Amino acid sequence: MPEQLLWGMEVFMNGLMAGVLYALVALGFVLIFKASGIFNFSQGVMALFAALTLVGIMEGRVPFSHLINAVFGTSVHHFGWNVPAFAAILLTMVVMVALAWMVNRFIFRHLVGQEPIILFMATIGLAYFLEGFGDIMWGSDIKKLDVGLPQGINGFIDEITFNLLGYGFFIDNLDLWATFIAVLLVIALVMFAQYSKHGRAMRAVADDHQAALSVGINLNFIWVMVWSLAGFVALVAGIMWGTKSGVQFSLSLIALKALPVLMLGGFTSIPGAIVGGLIIGVGEKLFEFIVGPMVGGATENWFAYVLALIFLVFRPQGLFGEKIIERV
Amino acid sequence: MFYREAGDFKTSYPEDGQTFPIKLDRFGFFAVLFIGFAVIPFVINDYWVNSVFLPFLIYAIAAIGLNILVGYCGQVSLGTGGFMAVGAYACYKFMTGLDIWIGGVQYALPPINIFLSVILAGLVTAFVGVLFGLPSLRIKGFYLAVATLAAQFFLVWLFNKWAWAYNYSASGQISAPERSIFGMNVTGANADPWVAYLFCLVFLAGLAFMARNLTRGSMGRKWMAIRDMDIAAEIIGVDPLKAKLSAFAVSSFFIGISGALFFSVYLGAVEVGEVFGINKSFLVLFMVIIGGLGSIFGAFAGAAFLVLLPVFLKNTLVGGLGWPTDLAAHLEFMIVGGLIITFLVLEPHGLAQLWRIIKEKLRLWPFPH
Repeated sequence: MPEQLLWGMEVFMNGLMAGVLYALVALGFVLIFKASGIFNFSQGVMALFAALTLVGIMEGRVPFSHLINAVFGTSVHHFGWNVPAFAAILLTMVVMVALAWMVNRFIFRHLVGQEPIILFMATIGLAYFLEGFGDIMWGSDIKKLDVGLPQGINGFIDEITFNLLGYGFFIDNLDLWATFIAVLLVIALVMFAQYSKHGRAMRAVADDHQAALSVGINLNFIWVMVWSLAGFVALVAGIMWGTKSGVQFSLSLIALKALPVLMLGGFTSIPGAIVGGLIIGVGEKLFEFIVGPMVGGATENWFAYVLALIFLVFRPQGLFGEKIIERV
Repeated sequence: MFYREAGDFKTSYPEDGQTFPIKLDRFGFFAVLFIGFAVIPFVINDYWVNSVFLPFLIYAIAAIGLNILVGYCGQVSLGTGGFMAVGAYACYKFMTGLDIWIGGVQYALPPINIFLSVILAGLVTAFVGVLFGLPSLRIKGFYLAVATLAAQFFLVWLFNKWAWAYNYSASGQISAPERSIFGMNVTGANADPWVAYLFCLVFLAGLAFMARNLTRGSMGRKWMAIRDMDIAAEIIGVDPLKAKLSAFAVSSFFIGISGALFFSVYLGAVEVGEVFGINKSFLVLFMVIIGGLGSIFGAFAGAAFLVLLPVFLKNTLVGGLGWPTDLAAHLEFMIVGGLIITFLVLEPHGLAQLWRIIKEKLRLWPFPH
């Protein structure tokens, strides 16, 4: 087989893996959008915040140490203990639930019935707030996150492909794990939404707030639950991306990458988020591989958006989105 | 909201259709114009011009432009930074002499006057804006907001890679050569602060006048009809193609001019990814939201607020309390985010609406009705 084709296949595989990670972030968007009609721009920053909190707890950093030092002239930074990964993840989840409660209590409860665009702006505000808050709380240095997920080249795939094709594919173990976890997560979420009591309530709320309220569903509880779920998805995404490239500000930019994924898949569809993620992941890697060298590279910055834009012109509701019916 | 006061009778249609129907407003408007043109240029110094007035004037132009698109026509755009970059690079090309290569031979225009360069840059941006506005005919709401991100990222990438755009300079930056108007330096290192200030103010005043009258006229009404419900607007005879694309064109024209001024007069040298990144898009959008969607005054108020806030925070926190700058920067993020949320919760129509309510209350004060 020609070398170019083999490289292309490898790029394709890696694109699939990257796509899974995009899909993970997109999933959080879809959850909140379905249940409350809020297009949550802060999902990426939530992932960053979750990852920051996780690292902070694991390393036993003192929250707000930077601020405390600046105000009181002290120099505290670490408690001097390390928390095991599992306990730290649980603690972070508690923080995310608290965050969900606060977001609902202090922001979105006051914005019920506002136009969607106002809600969207509010989440941009939330994103800015969380970004500053996370940095003040845990410091803005690039942190290493290691929760014990295996990393590095997968020897098994390398060996098999080398024997079969004469060229070993480089696939990262972490990407394989991410794929596995993402699949589990999606199955769990779909099961939850379809078969559990609260999942049904969630779908009812998504359909019609007022009707749901009138049959006795506690709206506040559902909203907090949905934001907590989104926080959980953000935590998973934060762990994956944080392990891959360190916990740093650029993590919040993956949220922007998740937007074209959503557009492709449709805002309301969980399978859409997955398929959209894969298409974007593969598409941008292949495009960079084939066309990138001709135009000076770095096409990954914009390819996803342009692809989604062109795609939407032909199918405005996305691949799996609900058909947009307009009435006067 | 009131439009008239008791005792202020209009006797002709032109009088009735004035921009400022209330006498006090009219008086206030001319007073502000007078202070802006005839008082401030004599009292300002370099620091005030560069840290407060120039950014305010330039952002106000961008905010008016975006407000036309988002506030009046209801098409959310996150591509402001990209369009500002188009304005900046177009202005640069016109300033230094636009060159075209045909068959290996270079044909170049002579450098164009800075004033005309800025206007031409606006026109080029309007054209690009229409191009990226085309999908808005099919795509609506959030989908469109995300689609405009394509413009943002693609344009920034393009100006990074396209050597022709920055005249093949080794650093990949563009820097404004010295240009003057009426013999006074506007751009370059030797520009007088008051000249730069007046140059931008002339643009702002002219464009604000234009925006105000456009939005009051039939075009503005069509935009608002599209914003409020596009299908209904179409049924009563508004052509969505014309309305949406004209909104994109006018808005991009404004944003292009602000980008051109931002580069040539304010910064002098620009690296596209740093200056016109996605954060710029958000910043201008915040100005529009905090100021008030669908209000020209709101664009001014929002721009003033978000230009002054960082200056104020920096002076108090870093200068006054001696905090490290990065901490102050993080706090600024928190405060800006918090303020946006607070505004949306308390007053979704922004500072402009707040101002209106205050005026209304003060008129009646101390009586409740």
